[in-house]
Amino acid sequence: MSKKKLTYSLNYRKPKAQYNSSDELMICIRYYHKCNTTNKTKVIKKSTGIKCKLNDWNSDWHKTPLRRPVKDTDPNHKKKNKLLKDQVKNFDFFDSSISSPNNNFSSALNSKLPVGSIDKKWINYKNSINLVSPANKRNIDVIVVGTGLAGGSAAATLAELGYNVKTFCFQDSPRRAHSIAAQGGINAAKNYQGDGDSTYRLFYDTVKGGDYRSREDNVYRLAEVSANIIDQCVAQGVPFARDYGGLLDNRSFGGVLVSRTFYAKGQTGQQLLLGAYSAMNRQIARGKIKMYNRHEMLDVVIVDGKARGIITRNLINGKIDRHSAHAVVIASGGYGNVFYLSTNAMGSNVTAAWKAHKRGAFFANPCFTQIHPTCIPVSGDHQSKLTLMSESLRNDGRIWVPKIIDDVVKIRNGNLSPTEISEENRDYFLERRYPAFGNLVPRDVASRAAKERCDAGFGINKTGEAVYLDFASAITRYGKEQALVNGQDESDKTNIEKLGKEIIKKKYGNLFQMYEKIVDQNPYETPMMIYPAVHYTMGGIWVDYNLMTTVPGLYAIGEANFSDHGANRLGASALMQGLADGYFVLPYTIGEYLSDEISTGPIPNDSEEFINAEKESIEKLDFFINNNGSKSVDYFHKKLGKIMWNKCGMARNKKDLELAITEISNLRNQFYKELKVPGDKNEFNEELAKAGRVADFLELGELFAKDALDREESCGGHFREEYQTKEGEATRKKEFQFVSAWEHIGEPKNAILHKEKLDYKNIEVKERSYK
Amino acid sequence: MKLKLKIWRQKNAKSKGKIVNYDIDNISPDMSFLEMLDVLNADLILKNDEPVSFDHDCREGICGSCSLFINGQAHGPDRLVTTCQLHMRKFNDGDTIYIEPFRAKAFPVIKDLVVDRSAFDRIQHAGGYISINTSGNTQDANSIPVNKNDADLAFDAATCIGCGACVATCKNSSAMLFVGAKVSQYSLLPQGQTEASRRVVNMVNQMDLEGFGNCSNTGACEVECPKGISLDNIARMNRDFIKAKISS
Amino acid sequence: MQTSIIKKFAMAISGLFLIIFLLQHFIINVTSIFSESIFNQFSHFMGKNFVVQFIAQPILIFGVIFHFVMGFYLEIQNRRATKYEYFKENGSANSSWMSRNMIWSGLVILSFLVLHFIDFWIPEMNYKYIEFLPDDPNRYYEELVHKFEMPWRVLLYCISFGLLSMHLLHGFSSALKSMGANKYYSKFVKNLIHLYSIGIPLGFCFIALYHFISHI
Repeated sequence: MSKKKLTYSLNYRKPKAQYNSSDELMICIRYYHKCNTTNKTKVIKKSTGIKCKLNDWNSDWHKTPLRRPVKDTDPNHKKKNKLLKDQVKNFDFFDSSISSPNNNFSSALNSKLPVGSIDKKWINYKNSINLVSPANKRNIDVIVVGTGLAGGSAAATLAELGYNVKTFCFQDSPRRAHSIAAQGGINAAKNYQGDGDSTYRLFYDTVKGGDYRSREDNVYRLAEVSANIIDQCVAQGVPFARDYGGLLDNRSFGGVLVSRTFYAKGQTGQQLLLGAYSAMNRQIARGKIKMYNRHEMLDVVIVDGKARGIITRNLINGKIDRHSAHAVVIASGGYGNVFYLSTNAMGSNVTAAWKAHKRGAFFANPCFTQIHPTCIPVSGDHQSKLTLMSESLRNDGRIWVPKIIDDVVKIRNGNLSPTEISEENRDYFLERRYPAFGNLVPRDVASRAAKERCDAGFGINKTGEAVYLDFASAITRYGKEQALVNGQDESDKTNIEKLGKEIIKKKYGNLFQMYEKIVDQNPYETPMMIYPAVHYTMGGIWVDYNLMTTVPGLYAIGEANFSDHGANRLGASALMQGLADGYFVLPYTIGEYLSDEISTGPIPNDSEEFINAEKESIEKLDFFINNNGSKSVDYFHKKLGKIMWNKCGMARNKKDLELAITEISNLRNQFYKELKVPGDKNEFNEELAKAGRVADFLELGELFAKDALDREESCGGHFREEYQTKEGEATRKKEFQFVSAWEHIGEPKNAILHKEKLDYKNIEVKERSYK
Repeated sequence: MKLKLKIWRQKNAKSKGKIVNYDIDNISPDMSFLEMLDVLNADLILKNDEPVSFDHDCREGICGSCSLFINGQAHGPDRLVTTCQLHMRKFNDGDTIYIEPFRAKAFPVIKDLVVDRSAFDRIQHAGGYISINTSGNTQDANSIPVNKNDADLAFDAATCIGCGACVATCKNSSAMLFVGAKVSQYSLLPQGQTEASRRVVNMVNQMDLEGFGNCSNTGACEVECPKGISLDNIARMNRDFIKAKISS
Repeated sequence: MQTSIIKKFAMAISGLFLIIFLLQHFIINVTSIFSESIFNQFSHFMGKNFVVQFIAQPILIFGVIFHFVMGFYLEIQNRRATKYEYFKENGSANSSWMSRNMIWSGLVILSFLVLHFIDFWIPEMNYKYIEFLPDDPNRYYEELVHKFEMPWRVLLYCISFGLLSMHLLHGFSSALKSMGANKYYSKFVKNLIHLYSIGIPLGFCFIALYHFISHI
């Protein structure tokens, strides 16, 4: 059995002698715990928020039979002692998670979930979190890497609270982070539409949408704070869409049955990011945030087991800098660019997250990738990136391919136009397979269905990888409605078409225009062509309830962490998570760690650890510059993307995944031998920056494949061909109801797996069906 | 397609730049303009030459990174698009294309076609925000109804992507469309009223400090703006500014 | 006067003031076509009235000088803000010629004004305040007609007013915008601006041509 020891003490902030006997001090509980598995002693420290005067403190409490630390001279001694006892009960939960009898689940992962009923957890936890006094916050530095929705909002809020914040982004301004490209909207359980929405329902939809692979407590908290986000953003001046009554408008998104998505035309991400950026601006003006633009993080520095700073490169002049702080927050987004072609920005990269992983942070569920069904198909080899068309299009667009293979051939040869195909010869495959949700099934389901049709040979463009998204019936429907409103003839087809097109233009005008610019076809006349593309990565750095990684003092928020979306993310939830983490979660939970740092003083940046980390980074840059190869960075990136897309894409199998691991490993070797980086390291050199990023993708890709190989089930965005039903639906397995957290020890393929068990106490785990 | 490119090359901020000629072949009309430059760069790297640096990121017209002055126009000949959304089908086989960086005294060149637009950030720091804290219980979002027309106008102003095309195209290098859009976004909403005067004065002062020119209402910015931000925003800023000055 | 917006506001105010003056000038001049005596009466009133001569006239002169000086000052400042020239610049793709060349149309108008001063204003001042010649309420019409006898002068006059029209076509609405008027003010106002900017200079040209032709 494990050994436990419990102590109470007073939380002295200065030498004992300097206190008066009437001074009040916080009581601190320490809980020593020895695991039977590892032999390491774990200490859990908890400041309670209960105060006690110095002369009411019984320093010999452990010698008394009732072990009460507060003497009866204190008028509230009974209440205080009882509260302390209650606090101790919390530890029993940690106890079970630490010494779980099931050795499959790792003792290295302590998710620090609070106890109690799920709807009270976050409130109670917030009440018991250690706080840092305003006077002390001034002496604490926090580094935030990445300034998208999560990083920007976190930096602003932390600075507002009084911490000294340094932000880093590789773009030339925080306003350019890729959160800006989110189109559709942001979910919040406001129930403004009165359609039965609630915190629980948002929680339920998110867990179900994530195919029961997300952590219940985190998701509930996310649903809980979602409403605050809308309040906050409106107060900040984010111009959400409104009704004529002046109140906020909502739309509905895939995988849910209520309208809870707030939006600002097709530019919601932009508006929210500008909101977070404006909050940052205010703090920059106050001098609380120091902004480092066009800076790339090259490494995170660990001193005595704690994250204490980062190494950066100034992308303009190549200068390497050491930045120290008491805590480091990684908010660098997802790693979809490992596929080369994705809807991510060209610069989006995994480097910050991967460096954290290499320095000890576990990487969770890397294989959970979201492939978005409505993107503009690839047109040729030159393509550098894919463009997303908002999911909202599926509200009115119907997805189909021809029923007859001859028609497909004719279309590909240009001998037949899709509008000439009659209704009965069209296969509306989503409506056919999923009558309940139809075209609005979640993204993973829609993407796979499109792939299934294209694999069967029904793809309608030259590459055979595209399906139609057709607005003709919506145009007629809206046209008829409008004709009725106007009191016009409902049988006048040209008029109806005209009216219908006007309505569609109002709703989706900017998207239609974007499509026309890229594809050079008029989507009002011919159906759009779409195909799935990599869009979002649910996996990321493992974090506990506090959003801290396995490295003390190192936090991960937003898309960079893994916590809330499980195996598949619902539309409009990414913005919600980024802002929830940044505005409402991290700024509180970080206090739990920083309250122990108030007497640490400034962190020196000339310690051995910093100098070594800097040296390593410089050596790597030198290597790239001096490498005498013949192939450009993009050559390798494209090759990696091909391997990832073909073998770790929408459908995976054992053979291909094993092959992928070897191929990526070989490609990585080739990369280091044959890479050529032009220019110098002390100047603006995009190729050099890209080289560093691709080097990390080449490692991540391998771990990705290994994780996919290890997860022998299908769930959410992860589909293993071996595990499917006869109808081609995913087969989930109860025994894989866990988070895979990988520990880095060298080659990615040798990473050690730690499993965090996922318990669902407040939601019944069901087969996820949208039929 | 075969093209002749005349591209501005400049090693760094201090060195003198010049136009360099490149010939490029096998360009597909379906390529975006930046993909055409990718092809050129891939060529240059293989030839042991230095690739052309240019700013780009999202490549879907929203981040505002890309900033090329193509054939005498910011973001090229197409309307309501950024450079990354400009496609080669807008050009003809055999065309000569001038590619220059966005030019203004306030936008110094960093390298080749990359310019420093941090002046925009500094203008925003001067007042581009509403002073509220993240409390999590600010009043309910629906407690202040906003007239739909105002909300839409505020949104239209807020769609500015901060690319700098307005400055680049303005014969006076004036940043008034950018600042006007920022000021308007807040001044059109009830939330932004409280500090409206302070905001417009501070932002305009910072704009002047950065060395941008004055506005002579030519309207070029409005035409070249990839998001179609209206010149009305400048008029609104003028109004707000004069009002603020009179009332103070 | 420090901030850019105040500068352009001042530019707009002085511009609008000159626009009003121009209208008044036109109304008086146009009477010369209909009736010699009305024109003479008006001119005599303007030339003798104390308020016009010693309050309105100095303000006008200040307005003219201010508008020009400020125009040059802003032009220099704006040129400084641009610093580098593009190798290829396609300004006509996004803006009108007159909006981009206000400084040139302005310069032409300035040189015309110099001529105008030499022609009318200086002799007038000389007549009234230096040589103190006898008051003759009927001399104005004759002087006017006399000036439009020479074809080169009429031509210059017409060219200058052509440029003034261009200057006004941009300047009038630009002044309103600088003062905070919306671009999409009512169609009526827009038409009025166009009518003014084209009609008034055309009217001046017409007066000149009328006298020139009737002289022949």
